[in-house]
Amino acid sequence: MKRIVPIGPYHPLQEEPEFFKLIVEGEKVVDLEINIGYNHRGHEFIAQKMTYDQIPFLVERICGICSDSHPYAYVMAVEDAARIEVPPRGQYIRTIIGELERIHSHYLWVGLAGHFIGYNTVWMWVWRYREPLLDIFELIMGNRNHYAINKVGGARRDILPEHYEKIEKYLDLVEEKTTMFTKAVLDDPVIHARLENVGILSKEDAIAYGVLGPTARGSGYAIDVRKDDPYDAYDKVDWDMIVFEEGDIFAKAKVRLLECYESIKIVRQCLRDMPDGPIEARVDEIPPGEGIGRHEAPRGEVFHYVRSDGSNMPARHKIRAPSYMNIPSNVVAVKGYSIADAALVLAAVDPCYCCTERTVVFEDGKKKFTGNDLLRLSRQKTEKLRRRYGR
Amino acid sequence: MKKEYSQEILDEIGAKFPHASVKIHAPRRTYINIPRDEVYDLAKFLFAEKECRLSITTGTDKRDGIEILYHFSHDPSGTYYNIKTLVPKDDPKVRSLADFLPAANWIEREIHELLGVDFTGHPNLVPLLTAETWPADLHPLRRDYADEHKEFKIEKTGRDQ
Repeated sequence: MKRIVPIGPYHPLQEEPEFFKLIVEGEKVVDLEINIGYNHRGHEFIAQKMTYDQIPFLVERICGICSDSHPYAYVMAVEDAARIEVPPRGQYIRTIIGELERIHSHYLWVGLAGHFIGYNTVWMWVWRYREPLLDIFELIMGNRNHYAINKVGGARRDILPEHYEKIEKYLDLVEEKTTMFTKAVLDDPVIHARLENVGILSKEDAIAYGVLGPTARGSGYAIDVRKDDPYDAYDKVDWDMIVFEEGDIFAKAKVRLLECYESIKIVRQCLRDMPDGPIEARVDEIPPGEGIGRHEAPRGEVFHYVRSDGSNMPARHKIRAPSYMNIPSNVVAVKGYSIADAALVLAAVDPCYCCTERTVVFEDGKKKFTGNDLLRLSRQKTEKLRRRYGR
Repeated sequence: MKKEYSQEILDEIGAKFPHASVKIHAPRRTYINIPRDEVYDLAKFLFAEKECRLSITTGTDKRDGIEILYHFSHDPSGTYYNIKTLVPKDDPKVRSLADFLPAANWIEREIHELLGVDFTGHPNLVPLLTAETWPADLHPLRRDYADEHKEFKIEKTGRDQ
């Protein structure tokens, strides 16, 4: 007998309201339908009514977690259309902020994944050590989030040389703590049992659905804009792309945890090699034409397309966030797994999805599961495994 | 070390699709203009034979029709191959790519509701973003919709004064 488990659509915790309709047979998920559009804000339309200098502030507010990625991709699209060369110092500053943001976003995901499976210690730890990163942002830009560092032609704010030492100190702390909980997470047999061989996305499906970022790299699909189409300082620093073949949630978690080290490496090299000089190029006007900007956000490639008609506002501005490509892949990733795993599988692509609240299962017209029940089911499974491993 | 676009792919496209015209905007940004009845074959060629990934599709309302721009990313070379086609407003139809490319599923639904382009052969062409109660013939990203919206605003401020 088939039943429907709706997850969503609204919750204050959930940044991007989505509605997942799980179709289950007993405990097993047999199909999934996804509905989005509950919070469509019409950014593309609004952007066509704003000037080139105002849009970074608009697109920054698309997502609170990757609030650097959208303006980053947008300014690169305009720079591509108008053929603007960014001075080296501006390039390095933008790279540093992009990488720091990656670490804090991956931390968020690790914390939430821990919360989902009932490891609230992981959640508290990780979010505790996300604070130093936010302190760095505050030091450089005055804001803990929504940094407004990107500007057409360069960076809006300089990183002062007297701050280098302090940033380095923060980075040492972040690296030490990353090592601490990477070891804790990767060595725990319960987490292994809980995340391994769950929610497998094969490489073929990854390519067909066009998934991006850690979701793709966890499935052995080695794409990373920073390597494939290097921009700003990414081809001047030494770092590795993290790829795992398994395609399960554990592989995605490993990609995210190990990427934090690469990001720390990049930031350190950028600080060491930071060139002197101006941070922005003078931009007079944007000629008619079209441009594409792509930035590797924490969740994958952010894509912005800007068409200019020679006026001070874009004629068309297309925005594609990585979750737009990643979420549809849940349809294949969640099939065949138990309902206790579903919440985690749906969260594995890191869709800013942090809620299983308002979940209702109807059986003969009566409620069966609520969102909290789903979270409880997920934790019970962990608890069971924990007892089996005697921990 | 920056990689360059691969000229071989463009040469092959030129040999296979004689109606295609290629514009190279920047080293890794190429635009290919093609009539709409050849888009499906070109997209299939790029996806199946050249390992390109469909990044997204952009629909734009222009004076002479609706422009559909398929952004294909060739990751080994880091190049964007953008297939550009124009569909007339009185017959806004183009063949759907969703039958071999699941990545095209959502964006074709989005363009269908926001710009009113029919993707023939799409498995499930229902609105993605707009509400269920939204009228099917009202397309928010069309220029004429924007104009109506503007008039409405002016009228309202006039009344307020």
